[in-house]
Amino acid sequence: MSDTRQIAVTVNGMRYEEIVPVRVTLADFLRHQLGLTGTHLGCEHGVCGACTILLDGRSARSCLMLAVQADGHEILTVEGIAPNADTLHPLQEAFRDNHGLQCGFCTPGILTTLIELLRDNPDPTEEEVRIGISGNLCRCTGYQNIVIAALDAAKRLRGSSGASQP
Amino acid sequence: MKPPPFSYHDPRTVADAVDLLTNLDNAKLLAGGQSLMPMLNMRYVLPDHVIDLNRVEGLSYITRRDGVLEIGAMTRQRDIEFSEAVAERCPLMAEAIRQVGHRQTRNRGTLGGSLCHLDPAAELVSIAAALDAKVTIAGKSGTREIDFAAFPVAYMTPALEPDELLTAATFPCWPRGHGYAFVEFARRHGDFAIVSAAVLIEEDKSGKIARASVTLGGMGPAPVRAAAVERALIGETIEEKRLRDICEPLRKLDAIDDIHAPASYRQQLATVLPRRALIKAHERIAPGGRP
Repeated sequence: MSDTRQIAVTVNGMRYEEIVPVRVTLADFLRHQLGLTGTHLGCEHGVCGACTILLDGRSARSCLMLAVQADGHEILTVEGIAPNADTLHPLQEAFRDNHGLQCGFCTPGILTTLIELLRDNPDPTEEEVRIGISGNLCRCTGYQNIVIAALDAAKRLRGSSGASQP
Repeated sequence: MKPPPFSYHDPRTVADAVDLLTNLDNAKLLAGGQSLMPMLNMRYVLPDHVIDLNRVEGLSYITRRDGVLEIGAMTRQRDIEFSEAVAERCPLMAEAIRQVGHRQTRNRGTLGGSLCHLDPAAELVSIAAALDAKVTIAGKSGTREIDFAAFPVAYMTPALEPDELLTAATFPCWPRGHGYAFVEFARRHGDFAIVSAAVLIEEDKSGKIARASVTLGGMGPAPVRAAAVERALIGETIEEKRLRDICEPLRKLDAIDDIHAPASYRQQLATVLPRRALIKAHERIAPGGRP
């Protein structure tokens, strides 16, 4: 059985019309068919959070969706966070400056998760940040610098309300 | 890990979904996908057909009427979490839903998916039992409504015929100012509970319990309503030492014995968590809550 469907999705502001096998997950579609390998696959069953993307502005695990389900929807991946190729998003800058990543495998999922969190709650407490990223596993950092980076990013974003944000 | 091959269907109406269920063999319904997708990725299930409910109209709503909240099966857990109607009329559910997975899973996960998946420790399953919910089921011969108490028929098996699907659940609301608490023990935030306790109480003018609902999740295949404890609580005032005695018989409940905890550990939690929940519920009774 090789059922396929044509889908139209907007990813990081670009519209794609693609034919996909119906059983392909959104994560594999993004990585293999669109070449957007920034979305990482850790566990592929919804536990690690590395594949988190924003679907119509809401965070979701892309390993737990079929690509066909994204038809007609808008997706933001880690590649779409920065305003352009030469400038980092304030959240990314905060991660760089605070050593918020080591191997970097979990980082794309943590950044996309935090984009939503900081949009909905621009001034979170440390506790709220910890709960917010509780669905993202990091095996390097012990989370300490991730939390510091997230709080720093919140401060930067509050200070630069004019900056472009996805 | 990739899903096995299947044919994909995305009906737009409940009637079309029922038709597909009636006509297709070995079909699985896909709601929020937060349980079925892992099972597909790991190939624990091998359906020939996947019927995606995400484009079915009219299954996502929260309606308040005549002392009940009716919630559509495809309502996202996130929408329940942020619903004013739920927070106001059904604070027990609002408290429990924040312990269902994580933001990323609640954005997709649905009420109906959680109730039909029937994980023994699922928070929403316990809440449905605690509130004496009813579920609305659509099938070839029309719709029917049954008590949630009769919905779990075996381990992770709901009382649904092969051509039926859950379309809504109705939760009777307790009077304003009642006491409530959802307390669970889990190893990490967002995990399924090892054991959970959902408690609702009403007290009379003198602070004596007039009505109580005590539900344990994670003990057996379905949530357990502790009917004997509910009866024993009537006329009592909330006092820790007395609650210890009242909750002690819960140690005799049958309990699952698995990799997460031995049965004896769950039985110990079954005596502790309802007590903590009852104390919390009592503290939350609004000043105007006693008639």
